[in-house]
Formats: sequence, structure tokens, C-alpha cells
Amino acid sequence: MEAEATLGLWGVPLAIFAGAIRVSTPFLFVSLGECLTEKSGRVNLGLEGTLVMGAMSAYGVSYLTGSPWLGVLAAGVIGTGFGALHGYACSKPRVNDIAFGIALMLLGVGLAFFLGKPLIQPSAPRLGAIPFGFFSDHAQLRSALDVNVLFVAGVVLAPGLAYALKNTRFGLILRTVGESAEAARAMGYDVNRIRLYATMAGGFLAGVGGSFLSLYYPGSWNEGLSSGQGLMAVALVIFARWSPQRCLYASLLFGGAGALGPALQSVGITSGYYLFNAAPYVLTLAIMIVSSSATRASEEMPAELTTVR
Amino acid sequence: MTDPAASLVSAASGQALALRRVTAERMTKSFGGNVVLDDASLTLEPGTVHALLGENGAGKSTLVKCIMGFYQADSGRLVVDGVPVAVKSPRDAQRLGIGMVYQHFTLVENMTVAENLLIARSELPRLIDWKKEIAKLRELMRTMPFQLDPEKPVRKLAAGEKQKLEILKQLYLGNRVMILDEPTSVLTPDEADEVLGLLRGMTREGRLSVLMITHKFREVLGFADHVTILRRGKLVASAPTAELTPEKMAELMVGSEVPAASSTREEREPGSVVLEVDQLQADDDIGLPVLCGVTFSVRAGEIAGVAGVSGNGQDELVEVLAGQREATSGVVSVRNRAYRGTRREIHQAGVRLLPEAPLRNACVAVMSLAENIGFRDFDRPPFTFARFGLRASAFKKRAEQAIMTYQIRAPAPGAPISQLSGGNVQRAVLARELHGNVAVLIAANPCFGLDFAAVAEIRSRILDARNAGAAVLLISADLEEIFALSDRILVMSGGKMVFETPAATANVREIGRYMAGHE
Repeated sequence: MEAEATLGLWGVPLAIFAGAIRVSTPFLFVSLGECLTEKSGRVNLGLEGTLVMGAMSAYGVSYLTGSPWLGVLAAGVIGTGFGALHGYACSKPRVNDIAFGIALMLLGVGLAFFLGKPLIQPSAPRLGAIPFGFFSDHAQLRSALDVNVLFVAGVVLAPGLAYALKNTRFGLILRTVGESAEAARAMGYDVNRIRLYATMAGGFLAGVGGSFLSLYYPGSWNEGLSSGQGLMAVALVIFARWSPQRCLYASLLFGGAGALGPALQSVGITSGYYLFNAAPYVLTLAIMIVSSSATRASEEMPAELTTVR
Repeated sequence: MTDPAASLVSAASGQALALRRVTAERMTKSFGGNVVLDDASLTLEPGTVHALLGENGAGKSTLVKCIMGFYQADSGRLVVDGVPVAVKSPRDAQRLGIGMVYQHFTLVENMTVAENLLIARSELPRLIDWKKEIAKLRELMRTMPFQLDPEKPVRKLAAGEKQKLEILKQLYLGNRVMILDEPTSVLTPDEADEVLGLLRGMTREGRLSVLMITHKFREVLGFADHVTILRRGKLVASAPTAELTPEKMAELMVGSEVPAASSTREEREPGSVVLEVDQLQADDDIGLPVLCGVTFSVRAGEIAGVAGVSGNGQDELVEVLAGQREATSGVVSVRNRAYRGTRREIHQAGVRLLPEAPLRNACVAVMSLAENIGFRDFDRPPFTFARFGLRASAFKKRAEQAIMTYQIRAPAPGAPISQLSGGNVQRAVLARELHGNVAVLIAANPCFGLDFAAVAEIRSRILDARNAGAAVLLISADLEEIFALSDRILVMSGGKMVFETPAATANVREIGRYMAGHE
């Protein structure tokens, strides 16, 4: 309250900035994971389920071992397992990646709720933050500049992935598989195996994204933890036109939109709170409408994504 | 072979390794009881160009796929320099220095020339130093009789350049025995001559041996040293090119089969203008302009043949005329009435369409032959009763008529059309499209992928339609077809009609130059 008085309306952009970082972190990880998977020519819609499973298992492991980082690792491992399941099933003939992804999403969410029942009450150790605001005496500025470690990791990861896609053997093979399975096969690459790896890596990142939800913000386990971030990340990858670097910017934009409602509330604007909370969804719709076209296909879209199996 | 580029440069500078002799010995292969390749043999002498001739289904592709290790022959073996070798996969073939260039490009369109070359290598470094790799590629390019920019995305290359890149890729991989499957099918005559000339030149320098599948006699006579001809899976001839004439080759390919009686072109004056296209513009699937002001007209009783390299807007032109793609501007009219390709207009104007790959583009594969034949007018009598009901008997009757007149070989009118062979599907589509009053017939690569007999028949039906007074627009990537059928030849390039000439006085070279976009 005291800080508000001194910062006045500046509190709103500051709150949006801090909120953007907080809210964007799960978007960032899931979208980077989905981007990687889609670059290999497959869509994994199951990442929403992976995200929720990740959140649950991270919280559980953190509670049981006392180490939040072991929780993050566990979430990643669970996510890798879900990715492997998707990658394996979709390598069978006549299995549709979209349909299987939806099934996996429902399975993940349901399984997490079932296994996570005993975790609603206890409190687990949470992830820490890096205090970039150490120089200031302003309580509000300091708390806004407390940046969680996973976000920092994501910011490094995005250009890292972009670099790897362009400059490493695996990146080159991955893109080939996503652009033309036929060409990749002609060169002797095992298309299904490459896609399996890409989907597993994507699952790992989505699981880590989930661990953020339960271990940092909001920082507890309950059934309303995810509000569809895993699904919206798919839209986000399309918006980012399959570029990891742009996934970062898109996540920040979505995060900012998600932080709008709470930020306004913090300065006392409460009317239309639920409306402002819907901003990311409205943004998703708007982006889909603006970037879609009845007559054009996107040049950046991995060519294999257009083939229906 | 740790560094293909470097080893190639050294090979090019004179220390060429000896080329090997590759022999396929008495190979037999059957699929589900159907013998596709029957005791066929072939020897590729080092440093020669060897042509493999045959009709569709003669077993050419199966033979080379057995050599490449795509298929395992049921019997027979591959011998390299007198030593029998086991080739279980294309990787094994590559280890022997045998590589293949496919009929359709296997390049990744959204990646650069350099990326496409590197990805083909059997061992890539974990981390790629692009600066170094590109410098090496530029050096390699200097030893080649053609130039490609390593940093250019493949989708921006012309068809001829893509074919050169495919060849370069094989050389880059160190493959000295190159198998090419119809390497010139997407090239202009000039590009084809250039590419084949390059290959022949390199065989003369002892850098390569080439085995090419083709059906163009011109290319065989111009570039091949030796010819092997297959018919129905069997070897029917293998001889130096000098000992064969086109007539002899055709006879060997087709055997004693006589193509169906072909119609002759009736001498007739072209009638009034029926189809008129004025300044037509349209965008492609990614929104780039692909038709840039197409203007032409077709008269009653003439065949206007549109020649051109695939991908210059032909597909989109057909789609606009068929009502499948929206034009961004311009006017199409049939008999002076505006035409936008709605179902009503198509019916009233009598516009009919014969596309390539008809099973995919003009049929519903799971529906019956009878239903497919009824598509044009199933929604009006005699097919309907009480306005909304459909009369199964009418479908059956129409289908039976069609089966009789067009000699469609089908199990029954009620059988799914996907069970028919390619030639019979195209006959069924012909039966549908030529029924009733045909004012405009648009045929786009109508004979693509069909066998000799079906081609002769489809062509004669198109001539019949023309003789009966239809305005025929024939769009074909096959120049021979254009010349065989057209009264007037148009050339399409870069989304425009760039040249027009009466067929009687047309010159292949001149047309080729316009196709290539020169002049």
C-alpha cells in the first residue's frame, strides 16, 4: 500500500512487467517444446496434459525430497515419458497425431488429478528467484525484479534452440524430417525415431513448464492450476511462425496479457476483472483470425505438418 | 571419405579413381504373385551413358530399385567389378558409390543449397561450421561445369537448377555411378539438353557412369551410348544406341500390341471464339501472384496447346477455370458471357475438365464407378425424381453406356472407382466429361502416367471432341503431346502467355526458349 502511494499509476506497467515474466514462463517452456516437436513434422496437443502432470509430479517430489530442483527434474522426466508415448504411438501406421494428442491431454489431466489428491493440503518447498532489484529500496520494484530462475533458463534456451536448429547435425536432420519425410527417408534417416526424440524433448520442456506452475507461481498444487496454457502454447507456436526466438517474444506478449487483470486489480480497478483475465484467450482468438488466411499457407510452416496421416 | 568436397576436388584435378562396372544379373521380383521383373539383366560399363527404356509398368523402376537396395530381388544378384555384392538398403548402395536421382526432386524446398548438400552426407559433424562448409562448397563448385549459390533457398531455384543440384548432391556424396529416373521430365528441351550434355561430358572425362530411365527417344539417340529395353518385366533388347532406330525401339517397347485406332484431325476452319480469358490474375497458396495477366482465347473446333515448364501457373490457371481457385482480377468469358466457374455456369456454358491424376483430381475414390460418372448431372433429371430423390437405375444405365462406349474395364458399375487401373479411371472421367454438349474442354496433362494404349485412346477422344466442334484447351508438360494434338501452340511462362504460333509452323527450339523465359 505504501509503495503504491509513491509509485502511483506507474505501478500498473511495473505489475504487468513482473506479471508478464511470471505468467509467460510456462508459455515459454511449453511453446519451445511444441515448436521443437512441430519442427519435426508432428503436432503434440497432449502438452496440456503433460504440463499438468509435470506440475503435480514436481510438487510431489519437491514435497517428498525437500528439493524443488529434484521436482523440476521429475516433471521433465514425466514429460519425456509422455512425449515418448506420443512419439511411439504416432509412429504406428494410421495413428493420427492430433487425435492421439487430445487423448493424451485428457489422460494427463485426469491422471494428475487422481494422483495429486493427497498433495492439495501439504506445502512443498518452492523454487527461488534471482533478486535483480537488489539495488533499490523500493519494495514494489524489488519484488517486480525478483525473476524466477526458470524464466532466465528459458530466455537462454530460446536462442540456444534456434542456434541448434541451424548449426547442429541433429537440428539439420530434425528440420529435414519436418520439411520432407520422403527426402529424409531417401537419405536413410529413421523419420519416426527422429520424431520420437523431438516429441520427447518437447515433452521434457512442457513438464518443466508445469513444474513452474506448482513450484513458483501460483506455487501450490490444485486442480485449477492450469488454465489451458498447454493448449494456448500451440496457438503461440503458430503465431511465432515456428521460430524459437519468436516463441520468447510471443510468450512475453501472452504473459503480459495474462497479467493485465491482476495488475489493474492491484491499483484498485476491479470492475471487469474477469473480462481482463480473459485477455490471453481473446488474444489467442485475435491472433488466429489475423494470421489465418483462406488462400495462403505459411511459408515457415514445416511442410510435413500439412500432411494428414 | 571424411570430406566429400575435398576428395571431389582432388578427384576432379586428375587423380580420378577407376570407375567400376555394375551388373544386375538375372533379377526377378514379384509383388503379391504379380511378376514385375522377370529374369532381367543389365550391365553398366564404366564411363558410359546407358538408357533404360520401357513403357509404364515394364519394370524399369523395379529394376533400378533392386539395384539401389530399395527392394530385395527374389532372385538374381548385383555384381560390381566381377564381385557379387549384397545391397540391402540405399546406404549399402551408397557405400559402393551408387546413387540415384529420383523423378521427383528429393530436395527440401525450405532449406538452402548448402543445407541440402550437407544433410545428404553420411557423417555430419555434430556442430556445423557454416563458414567453412560454404567456402568448401564454393571451391567444389569451381570444378563443376555449372554454378549454384550455396546460400540460396532451394525453393527459389529453377527446375533445371534443382536437377543440377540433385546431380551435384550425388557427386558430393562421392557416388560415381549415377542412376537417374526420367531426369528431364520437368525440364525445358534446352535445360534437358544442358543437363544431359553435362552428364555425358562427365562420363567422357571418366568421372561418372550414368544409367538413366527415360521414354524420350530424342534423349536416347542424342546422349546414350547403350540402350536396354524392358517389356512386361522381361529384357527384350540390349544394344549400342547406334544399332537402333526410333521405329525399332518403339516396336521393342510396345511389342505386337497395336494401339487403339486413333482418330485423325479433320481439316476444318476454326469457328468463332468460345473461351476468352482476359488479363487473368490469381495468387498461389502462399499468396504470391502466380497468374500475372493471362490473356488468350480458344475457338470452336481447335485445340490450343499450352506448353510450359511445370510451375509457371498452369495448375492455377486450370483451377481458376474449373472454379477451384478465385481470380484476383481479370475476366473469363464463354461465348461472350461472363464465367466464374459456379456449378450453374459450368453446366450452362458446357465447360468440361480432364485433369491429370484423375483419381485424385476428378473422382471420389471410395464412391462407385456409376456415381463418379454421374457427378456432372446427378442433380437433374433423369437422375432425380421428385426433385430431391435419386434414381439408382439411371446411374447404372449411364454407367453401362459409358462402359460400352469407352470400353472401361471394371468389375461392375457399383465397384469403387479406386479399384480401376489408371487408364480406366481416365476413360471413366472422359465418359463423364464428354457426355452431352461440350463447348469447352480443358485437358491438363490428361495422359500423365498412362500406358501407350490408353494414351493413344485418350488423345484420339480429345481429337474427336475437337472435330465435333469443341474448343479444346490442352495444357501439357509434354511437348511431344502438345505437338501431336494442337492446332495452335501457346507458351506459358512466369504466369503469362508469352508466345503463340500455329502448330504447323512451330519450331521446338523457339518454343523451348520461350518456355525457359528467355526473349
